[in-house]
Order: sequence, then structure tokens, then C-alpha cells
Amino acid sequence: MDIRSPAFKQSARAALSDAQLQRALGNVRTGFIDKRRQAVDALPEFDALRDSAKAIKDHTLAHLDLYLEAYEAKATEAGGHVHWAETAEDARRIVLDICRAAGARTVTKGKSMITEEIDLNAFLEAEGIRPVETDLGEYIIQLRNEHPSHIIAPAVHLNKDQVESDFRRVHDHLPAARDLSEPAALLGEARRVLRSQYFAADVGITGANFLVAETGTSIIVTNEGNGDLTQLLPRVHVVVASIEKLVPTLEDASQILRVLARSATGQDMSVYTTFSTGPRRPGDPDGPEEYHVVLLDNGRSSMLGSEFQDMLRCIRCGACMNHCPVYHAVGGHAYGWVYPGPMGAVLTPSLIGVDKSGHLPNASTFCGRCEAVCPMRIPLPKMMRHWREREFERGLNPAAQRYGLGLWAFFARRPRLYRFATSLAVPALAAMARGRGAFRRLPLAGGWTRHRDLPAPESRTFMQQWRDRSAGGETAAARGPEGLA
Amino acid sequence: MTETAPAAPRVGLFVTCLVDLFRPSVGFAAVKLLEEAGCTVEVPAAQTCCGQPAYNSGDRDDTRAIAEATIAAFEGYDYVVAPSGSCAGMLKKHYPPLFEEGLQRQRAEAFAARVHELVSFLVDVRGMTGVAARHAGTATYHDSCSGLRELGIREQPRRLLASVDGLTLSEMKDADVCCGFGGTFCVKYPDISNAIVEKKTAAIGASGAELLLAGDLGCLMNMAGKLRREGTPVAARHVAEVLAGMDGTPPIGGERR
Repeated sequence: MDIRSPAFKQSARAALSDAQLQRALGNVRTGFIDKRRQAVDALPEFDALRDSAKAIKDHTLAHLDLYLEAYEAKATEAGGHVHWAETAEDARRIVLDICRAAGARTVTKGKSMITEEIDLNAFLEAEGIRPVETDLGEYIIQLRNEHPSHIIAPAVHLNKDQVESDFRRVHDHLPAARDLSEPAALLGEARRVLRSQYFAADVGITGANFLVAETGTSIIVTNEGNGDLTQLLPRVHVVVASIEKLVPTLEDASQILRVLARSATGQDMSVYTTFSTGPRRPGDPDGPEEYHVVLLDNGRSSMLGSEFQDMLRCIRCGACMNHCPVYHAVGGHAYGWVYPGPMGAVLTPSLIGVDKSGHLPNASTFCGRCEAVCPMRIPLPKMMRHWREREFERGLNPAAQRYGLGLWAFFARRPRLYRFATSLAVPALAAMARGRGAFRRLPLAGGWTRHRDLPAPESRTFMQQWRDRSAGGETAAARGPEGLA
Repeated sequence: MTETAPAAPRVGLFVTCLVDLFRPSVGFAAVKLLEEAGCTVEVPAAQTCCGQPAYNSGDRDDTRAIAEATIAAFEGYDYVVAPSGSCAGMLKKHYPPLFEEGLQRQRAEAFAARVHELVSFLVDVRGMTGVAARHAGTATYHDSCSGLRELGIREQPRRLLASVDGLTLSEMKDADVCCGFGGTFCVKYPDISNAIVEKKTAAIGASGAELLLAGDLGCLMNMAGKLRREGTPVAARHVAEVLAGMDGTPPIGGERR
């Protein structure tokens, strides 16, 4: 998909004045946060589970080559085909070859951010193969020709009435007078429309939440059951997964599953947790005849051993964006590529380059709420700061910013000079305010005063006042700020 | 030598650049509270800023230079106390990793161990359970992000505020959500910052309080500036001003009579 991250500021401004979007974002601010809180409060060992989940992933990443090879051996042993894709282009080509070999005209898709990352839908369409998204949210945004604005709730930027009008526009074979006022009616209609697609599909494509090295199993979690129908009904099942989805054992996967849904939606577990190991075996009641796994690197292996390795622990729960004040303000599309919110602010520069996505790690207040809720204890603010360091080293941040910072640092590194300069500037600024206490406008402070007043300095600096009073020999308790009656 | 009462601990006050430049009242309130808690307070002249503007802009060299100077300026004090969770967090959590393993790192770690945010220092280290101050009215308290999430400051200011004669605390919704200040963030992304602070001022207004308190001047200047621009009649003060009974000055951004 097109990279629009360089236009983050413009996109953010548009998002802030989009009334429909702002209405929809209200649901993120309330629903996800309260539900997660309740789920976490109900599980005393939640923090211990987080430590355990983190340790499992750290161990896996430290031995990723070993576990990838073990996984490949087991998946192959179970009758599956494992394909290695270094780039998005490689992955698309592998999927296309599988679809061509299967004579596919239609493919159904379970929800997968990796297929967003490799822009699979547009590619397949251009090759004459029709992808059908089966997750309700993904289905809705496919109808609208949009991309997900959230990694677990792709259509969270939309309101119910917008979905209703899309369904009326696209499902024009259904009676115009039907009642779609309730969410359940919309879900029912999508279900009925999709039902025939599952049977028409020649290939089903899903992502994976985990790949298990000890058994060669892929695991998906869903709430709608669409993933199961996507992977069971077509003749061919293709899993597209990135290499960091590995865990050593089934026990490890179930440990991490205990923090995943709680962090994401506040559920104890997602409704469906589906394990797939190879194609249908003799005697199995259902399942695909062919089972393929496309393992995507796309820049991840270069994160190993770098200060960004911790990001590879991410299990895509979305808790960071659910708790992010910036995401709450502008929504996911403003970030301009596949992954929004704090996890996107760290991952996107790794995958597409910080030169194209520098705004993302900068557009954070470092409030730390993302790290506080991350089930995998990923130090997101710290890594955003690392990206800012890379930017600074390469001179990528705007010249005015660099100049301003350089000037400030020149003084901040020289206490005597700093003291002298501030002892002149501060009383002057205080005098300029002429008792009003704040500025509505001030040269060079437009970024501040566009939306809020700038409180003026009280009088002289603290250091000036302190020095005078200390020189006067008063006891500290008798000292007070100037102007205090 | 005869047995005497333990000597008063020597505290070096890290004033913070914003308090130094914009609101010396907070510095004097901090001194008064520290002295009430039995400390001897000094203010090393060689301090400027904790370095966050450079640190959060990716400028590690300047940050390290500022950190070295700050550590040197506070050599020899029993404690280093700052009336800000954000600056104290910088000194305590972020200084040591700036240095490679070795002597400088050890110095930074020894320094960090002595650093405290003002209110948590009064309660957790000095065992203060109440103050002698009086302030009639209803206040609401905003939890600044770094103090809350880096230093675990939540109960301490509320405990001391509960002892202020005449003061009622009315909690706002989402008191622990960022106000949108974020240091340079608020001028680099003013529109987003504004959207965040608008939600905050709405929550402050809905609390019914006439006084907004917090432990960080940056957040307070942001919220006070927005309240003033909106014309909301809520005064903003640093929590130390009320705890020290030094609330005679005009509030932050308020007119001077």
C-alpha cells in the first residue's frame, strides 16, 4: 500500500476535523480500556504471566534460527509446505504461484495484518484473482476500499450508520426495506452474504498468531469463526506469517494466549482458538488438501540484535493503541501505513525506513501508557526515542528544530552563561506580560499560542531571587517568592 | 563526642528549568516543605535543565554533557529533590543508561539512587503524613505521566492534600491520562496536543473543582493555558504551593493585581 506517513501532520489535521471519525474514536477511548481493566483485575497472576510471556519470546528470539528450522521440519513432517519469503515481493509471488497451481479464481481471507503489509489483495486482484475478506471489520473496509485503521478492529474508525449505508449500496440484491438498525442485523447480513463465498473459494488465506516449533502447528484466534471456515472449506490453505510468530512449544503458546485476549478485548480467551498442523489426514472429517506456510522476513531479521529487537515480541493485541492519547485523537489512518499507534511508531520505521516515517516516533508525548499496558513489556517509548536518535544522527529532523535545539543546548551546557541570559530574558518577558499573567500571542511561540495562552514568568528567575535572599542572610523559611503578600 | 539527634539531611534542590524561569513560587514552596520535613536545603548554582529537550529529540551527546554537569553539581548531597516527576524521572531513570559501563555509569547510578520527586520524598522518605496548610475550596488532581508511571506517584500527593484544612478533593475522570503537553511534542504537533488537552480541560471542568493541582509545571502550564483560552474559571497551581500554604500568589497564568 502507498506510504502516506510523510504526510502525517496533514492527515492528522484532517482526522481531527472529521466529525464521523471523532465520533467513532470515542468507542476506543471507552470500550477497550474498561474491558481490559476488568479482565486484568480478575486475574491476580496477570503480571506474572506477562513476565513469563516476555521471557518466552526473548528466549525464542535469541534462538530464532533454531526454532525456525525446527518448525519447518515439523510442519513438513505433518505434510505441509513451508516457503521462505525474504521480501514482500517474494511472499506475494509465492502466494500467487500457489493460487495459480490451484486454479484459483476466488480466495477467502481470514484477518491478517501480514497480508496488509505485503499488500496482497491489490496484487491478487491485478492478477485476476478475487480476494474476499471474511472478518466482519475487514469485509466492511474492503467494501469501502480502505485499509484497517486498527490491528484488531480494522473498521473501528466507522460508525454503525456508515456500515449500514455501505451494505445497502453493495448488497443491492436484498430488499431495500430491510431493517439494519441493529448491529446484530448487520452481522447477520454479512454472514449470509459471505456464506456462499466460503464454498466458492479455491484457496483460503489466513495469518497466524503463533507458529509452534515443537509440533509445526499454526494457531489463529478469532471471534467470528470466519477463520475456521476460511481455512477448512477451500481445497488449499495458505498461512502467511512473519518469522517472529514462533514459539517453542504448545505450552508456551498457551501461556501467551492467556495475556493476548485479555489485553486486546478484555476476553479471557477469544471465542475461537484454532490449531492447524498440516493438511487433512486420512480419517479427518474436514480440512484442506494442501497446507502451505509462507514465512515472511521483510526486514525483521535485521531488527534482531539491534536496539529494536524487543519489538519482535509484539503479539499484535492492540492494547498500546487502545491506550494512546495520540491514537485516540487522530485514529489509525493518519499514521499512513499498515501499523498505527505506538507499536506502529516503532515497527514502521524498521520496515519502511525512518526517512519515510519519522513523524511516527516523534508524534508521542511519551506518556508511557502503552508500555504500562503492553502484555509483552515492550519498552515502546524508549524505542521511539531510539528512532529519534537515528533521525538526529542522520540529520533528518527539520532544520529549524535542529537549530533551536542546538542554541538551547549551547546555553544549557554552560550554567553561568545560561544564568546570565535567563536573568535578562525572564524579567523582560515578565514585564512584557504587563500583569496579564499570560500571553495570547508571542513571537516564535506560535506552536504554543495557536491553541492556548502561554503563562508568563512571575517576575525574576528563581535563581536570581534565591541568590539575593541567601546573600541577605535570611533563613530559608522566611523566604518567599516576590509579590507574595 | 556525645550522642545527638541525627543531623538534618542535606538536600540539593533541583529547581527544574520551568520553575526557575516561569514560577519561582514552586521552588520556594518546595524549600519550605523540605525544611518542614527536617531537611537542610541548598540550591547548587551550576544547574540548568535536566536535558529532556535534547534527550527526547534524539540528541544524546548534549544530553550526556548536561547529565554529567548535573551529576557533578549535586555531588555530596544526601538527596537530590525536584518538584517535578518528569525531571526527577529523567535524573533517576534515564541518566544512568546514557553512560557506558564504567566509572561515569557508577557515578550516575549513585546519583540516581539519591534522586526523588518532591512529594514522594516527603511521604516515602521523610515519613510526612500531613501538612499544616489551609486552603478553602475544591481541588482536582492531575497525575502527570512520568511521575505516575516512572516513579509510581499517585497516593502520596492525595494523602498530603487530604490533610490540608478546608480542602476537598474531587477526582476528575481519567486523571491518569496525558494532558497533551509532552515537552516539545506540544509545539511540534500543536493540533494533536490541543485535541488531547481539550479532553483534559473538559474532565477538569466536569469535576466541579475550582482549583487544578498537579506535580509538574509543564503539564500545568499546558492545562492552565488551555483553561484560560477557553475562559474556564479554574485556577491552576503546583501541588507544592498548596501543601506549603503558599497560595497567596496569582495562579499559573493568572493576572497579577
